This record gives sequence, structure tokens and C-alpha cells, in this order.
Amino acid sequence: MGRRQLSHHFDNMNYHWNWGIFLEQVQAGEETYLDWLITGFGWTVAVSLTAWTIALLLGSIIGTLRTVPSIKLTVLASCYVELFRNIPLLVQMFLWFFVVPELLPHNLSLWVKQDMPAKEFFTAVLCLGLFTSARVAEQVRAGVQSLPRGQQFAGLAIGLSLTQTYRYILLPMAFRIIIPPLTSEFMNIFKNSSVAFAIGVFELTFQARQMQEDSEQGIETYLAVTALYFICAFIANRTMAHIESRTRVPGFITNDK
Amino acid sequence: MSFFAQLDFTVLAPSLPFLWTGLLFTAKLTFIAMVGGILLGTLLALARLSPIYTLAIMATWYVNLMRSIPLLMVILWFFLVIPLITGQPMGAENSAIVTFTAFEAAYYSEIMRAGIQSVSRGQVWAGQALGMNYRQTMSYIVLPQAFRNMLPVLLTQTIILFQDTSLVYAIGAKDLLKAAEIAGKNYNRPVEMYIFVALIYFLICFALSRLVKHLNSRISIIR
Repeated sequence: MGRRQLSHHFDNMNYHWNWGIFLEQVQAGEETYLDWLITGFGWTVAVSLTAWTIALLLGSIIGTLRTVPSIKLTVLASCYVELFRNIPLLVQMFLWFFVVPELLPHNLSLWVKQDMPAKEFFTAVLCLGLFTSARVAEQVRAGVQSLPRGQQFAGLAIGLSLTQTYRYILLPMAFRIIIPPLTSEFMNIFKNSSVAFAIGVFELTFQARQMQEDSEQGIETYLAVTALYFICAFIANRTMAHIESRTRVPGFITNDK
Repeated sequence: MSFFAQLDFTVLAPSLPFLWTGLLFTAKLTFIAMVGGILLGTLLALARLSPIYTLAIMATWYVNLMRSIPLLMVILWFFLVIPLITGQPMGAENSAIVTFTAFEAAYYSEIMRAGIQSVSRGQVWAGQALGMNYRQTMSYIVLPQAFRNMLPVLLTQTIILFQDTSLVYAIGAKDLLKAAEIAGKNYNRPVEMYIFVALIYFLICFALSRLVKHLNSRISIIR
């Protein structure tokens, strides 16, 4: 490194820290940068939790269908999972946002494109929910298939219908077994919600980019946003751990942590 | 449906060379991040399993940190911080390569750690009994078996990596998705372009996941 280069290097390392930046007002407007981050946090939580609800419901149904004794249903459910697992989330986001409205009937298409309220939010929730549902489905399938075959036979033998066998015998055990992988999926959904920035949802990553450009205090901005993501992951993890300990069947699955 | 009449896939032909350069960058990024990530990940795994306490703790922290932040934030972090450290601006493409290698290393290291732990301890003792030192035991006995056991999982992670490379969109690196977006804007046909790239991504990932399944069944027979 030459001497000039070295001094240049030094200038750049001389980052101008300003931790007060969060309380300063944004370039255009009354809000502070803190307000931006709080809004971002709110949208991140809203998108993630709504999408998680969809993912759990749909994922449970699709995952169950992959285990039932009907080839048609199994194949259909497999196609669903393969479709959502083999296209990148960001590309799916663009498909839902730019392509699907074009596929709708004329009037509905116009409404979606022009009048639909909170279009970005609902698109992101739908996309993330379906994407995650395919992953939840895989876990549910693995959970059901991990049970001994005798469980299903026992249910049918005491006169339960197949639906009842799933409802009262197989699924309650399967869900308990898959709580650890579901925990990672729940934590993933907060991380994956960051992709919603690309279609203009004002979530944390969107606000991070916006604040970095507006305030030019990139490091403080990213540190704060990273910390907020940490908090999400931590709370998600603790919630699932709580559910896991509350639903534990005595004498069955033990996790002595 | 009137829709399909409006679709015009003829715009794809003239933009194919442009999309091809995008796909090449996506492939290059995936390949470098895979090779670099597995090498770095193996070192991280060895560090985590090493008896040197500080080394193990540092590696654990690195892996946990990378795994708990959204990849998009990691991409933005590296893009911001690398120029501050090196003192010169770095292109989005190079920044992406560094980021993905460092990020994927954390995920590959978890796989390699499981792989190393899947090799029975007797193998290590056998190596030591033959008079091999740590480096020899690892490189001739443990790591080859660990790598082989974990090959399907490593490949599955590479498929995820391949999909994740689309996120370089955030810093404007010209990968397949970005190329499609630009081409879509140029010809004013974004819908066709997005459908086309989705199809390309699907076909590649689907083919690769079939390969993994095939590999899985072969390996399970050998065991």
C-alpha cells in the first residue's frame, strides 16, 4: 500500500459516528428516523405473523394430504410443494405482484391494479404464506410418517373414520414431534419477510435501505435493524419453546434442555 | 381467457443473449460461493469442534450470527462495510461473491459439523493408532467420510444457495433476475420475462433436487 493510498484508507476508516441520528428528523418530513424503524418493525411483524397463520393452516392440510392413501391427492400435494420450493422467494414475490394480477379476469385485474387497499402488504403475505406453507407441509408429512404404522391401524380398528384417526390420533402426535423444525420455520419467516421490500412493503429492510440513503449513517442504521431482527428471532424461538413445553405428553417425546 | 392472447413470448428471443449473461453470473456466484463456502465451512466446523476454547466460541458466534440475520441484511452489511475497510469502492458483483461465500460458510459448516460427528470415534482412534497427527487423521480419514456422508445435504444447501443468489437484486448486481427485469423494461414486457425466469429457476432447481434424491438412494444402499 502506497502512502497516499494509506491515508485515503485512513480517511475512509474515519467513519463519522452519530448515535443521535435516530432522534433526528428525516430529510423531508416531520418524522424521526426512529419513527421509520418502528413502522418497519410493525410491518415486519404484521407480514410475518399473518403469513405464518396461512402457512400453518395450508401447510397442515397439504402435508396431511401427502400421507393419505389416495394417489391423486398425494400427487397433487407433491406438485404444490415442488412448485413453491423450486422458485426463489424473490421471483415468487414478483410473480404475485406483477404477473398474477394480469392473469385475473378483466374487472378484478383492474381493481387489484388500481383500487386494492394495502396491495403490497396482502401480496407479500400471500406470497410468503404460500411459500412457507410448502415447507411446513414437508415437516407435517415427515411428522405423520415418523409415527408407527400401528397408530393408524389402531385408530381404524376401534371404529374411527380416517379423518377422525388423523384428527384425534396421528396429527396431535405428529405436531408435537415437528415442533423443533417448525420453530426454525417460524424464525425463518421473520427473516424471509425482508424480501417484501422488493415490492414496496415498508418493512424493516425497506426502512433500513431508506434510512441509510437518507441519513448516510449506514452502520448505526444496520446495527439497529439487525438488533430488531434478533429480537424477532428470539421472541419467536422462546414462544415455540413455551408451546413445546406446554404441549409435551408425559412419558413421550423428551427434550431435556 | 383473453389473457393468453395478450402474452407475447416473441420478445424472449432477442433478449436471450442478455439473459444468458445474467444466468452466467448467477452460476458463477453459486459456484464460487459453494466451493469457498464448503472450504471455509469445513474450517469453521473444525474450529467449533476444536479443544481450543476461544476458537470454538468464536466460530460458534460467527455461525449463529450469520444464521440469525436475514440474508438481505447480510448482503447490505457487506456492501456497506467492505468499502469502509478496504478504502475503495467494490462492485456489486464482487461484493456479492464475498458476501455469499462468507454467509454460506455458516450453513455449510453446520452440515460439515454434523458430518464430522457422524464418523465414529473409532476411526479417529484408528488414525491415531497408526501414528497419524491431527491434520493427517482429519484430511485422510475423517473429512473424506464426512464429506461423502453429507454430500446430499451439501447439494440441497447448494440448491438453496442458487435460489438465494436472486437476492443480489438488492444491491443491483446483474444476475439472471436483474437481467430479466432490465430486458422486461426494455421491451415493455415484464410479465413474460418474469414467467420465463421463474421457469428457468424451477427447471434448474427441480433437476438438481432429482439428482439429490438419486444420490441419496445410491448412498443409502452403499451404507
